[in-house]
Amino acid sequence: MRTWGGAAVETMFQVEIEKRFPDGKTIEAAFEMATDSPGVMVLFGPSGAGKTTLLRCIAGLERLTRGRVKFDGEAWCDVETGAWVPPQRRSVGYLFQEYALFPHLKVSGNLLFGIHGLPRAERGVRVSEVAERLGIDAMLHRYPGELSGGQQQRAALARVLVRRPRLLLLDEPFAALDIRTREEVRSYLSELLSELRIPAIVVTHDWADALALGDEMIVMSEGKMLQKGAPQEVLTHPVATDVAWAVGVETVEPGNRIRTGSDTLTLQVGRAELVAVDSGFAESDFWVCIRGEDVTLETVPGASSSARNRLPGQVRKLEPRGPLTKVTLDVGFPLEALVTRQSALDLNLAPGSRVWAVFKASMVHLIPRR
Amino acid sequence: MNWTALATSLQLAATTSGILLLIGVPVAYWLAYSERRWKFLVEAVVALPLVLPPTVLGFYILIAIGPRSLVGSWYEVLAGRGLPFSFEGLVLASTIYSFPFAVQPVAAAFGSVDRRFVEASWLLGVSRLGTFFRVIVPQSIGGLLTGAVLSFAHTLGEFGVVLMVGGSIEGVTRTVSVDIYEQVQVLDYASANRTAAVLLVFSFVVLSAVYALNRRIWSPWSFADMGRGRGRNDVSG
Repeated sequence: MRTWGGAAVETMFQVEIEKRFPDGKTIEAAFEMATDSPGVMVLFGPSGAGKTTLLRCIAGLERLTRGRVKFDGEAWCDVETGAWVPPQRRSVGYLFQEYALFPHLKVSGNLLFGIHGLPRAERGVRVSEVAERLGIDAMLHRYPGELSGGQQQRAALARVLVRRPRLLLLDEPFAALDIRTREEVRSYLSELLSELRIPAIVVTHDWADALALGDEMIVMSEGKMLQKGAPQEVLTHPVATDVAWAVGVETVEPGNRIRTGSDTLTLQVGRAELVAVDSGFAESDFWVCIRGEDVTLETVPGASSSARNRLPGQVRKLEPRGPLTKVTLDVGFPLEALVTRQSALDLNLAPGSRVWAVFKASMVHLIPRR
Repeated sequence: MNWTALATSLQLAATTSGILLLIGVPVAYWLAYSERRWKFLVEAVVALPLVLPPTVLGFYILIAIGPRSLVGSWYEVLAGRGLPFSFEGLVLASTIYSFPFAVQPVAAAFGSVDRRFVEASWLLGVSRLGTFFRVIVPQSIGGLLTGAVLSFAHTLGEFGVVLMVGGSIEGVTRTVSVDIYEQVQVLDYASANRTAAVLLVFSFVVLSAVYALNRRIWSPWSFADMGRGRGRNDVSG
């Protein structure tokens, strides 16, 4: 049996892409995914990093300058051998950022669009199956323009899934949604992806999406892959400063619900307890995310304040970060705070100093942990 | 009122816009989607009839289809008669003369179909030809209709080219516009007035009908998009 990177070629999705644009901009990436034990790969990075181009190369919407894309041993594209499978025959399910639902067709017409070669009975079964799973059965006779953003996204996903693709490519699935819908879609999508058992690649520039959906994560910036690994690993241990800058959140720790208040949650994080806003979560295991800018440091217990979290701890490390100083604390779990250099001087901060870390409950971002 | 001339005009206009739809649509598709560097040359050639005086166009067409030309001599061998001063010659000339009126609105409509829809169709397994008929054409109905109507109306109103290429043979090449000209030449203003009025009313009615229809065709989704669909983001799935 031929192997590539140690695994059987027959159950591998292999990508090795170099795409150079006429203006000299180049996108390079190489990774592989198992296709027999499906997982979600997140392509993460700021806009302009080349994530969407990578997705388009995989789908066959762009030609490569160099490299190859192979799925289960079949060369979808290989510049050396000249192999090329057109997008029509790759059987990928591609979800466009703005969904690209055909405005001249009803939702049912959109769903039937890609399966009109199948026998009539089969088409009916597939449409009703997918429509029911995605909860859009009541909207089949409406035009896309009559649906909300979240409904449009479900319809677009249904149109793709009804063809039973071998690979799912989702381009910024949350970008076109408002914040409230976003949270909701994130949880149903993560549920759907784990249930579908199709390998999926999700493009996003939001670290919360990456944590919620990804089994693996690739950080891209300026056309290059910077880091690859489990999302939490990448977010908490960025290998390079540009990864840290790209992900932009300093503290990501696992936490468990220990109490539920009227509109808050109390969580156990490491040895500490902290309070977060309850947005109606059903889960009890979370990733607790805190940005360094949101943490205030005090050396003497201050006057009463509205901040719900006031954790005693010790300074472990001080590092300059541009005009700011990054302070690593031990408050029962590792917590990072960003303060101005002047504050660090005024507070006389040094490794070993005793401080209180203060932050509002609303600054604690919770992501349900699968 | 010369009803024979009106019949000739209508027949010419219908034949011409029919042919233009067949030839113009592929050309429009090419113009909308080709990335060739020399595309501008084709665009310029397509637009030429817009700026050339009809006499210049008519003159060259007459030369090109004359018995000494390649096209003219072949046609004589095949059909047994010459192209100039025949209905067929007139159709050929009108097709060239009205070409931009058919091609430009159609090309603009094709070009304004969002690329994403085309790519989405490919990724749903539909071929390029299938995508053309199932995605591009349905979203370009307005442009296709406009192209057909404009070339029809333009052919109906042409004068210079008809006179140069077709002459004024009753029942064959004498169109309404030429007929009016001849009535004025013999100072029969009353007849000219009647014919002109009929042409004016007819053109207005056809154009209004088509524009009204055009609006109706767009309504199922464009109105939904603008009106009821406004709540795009306020209700979640």
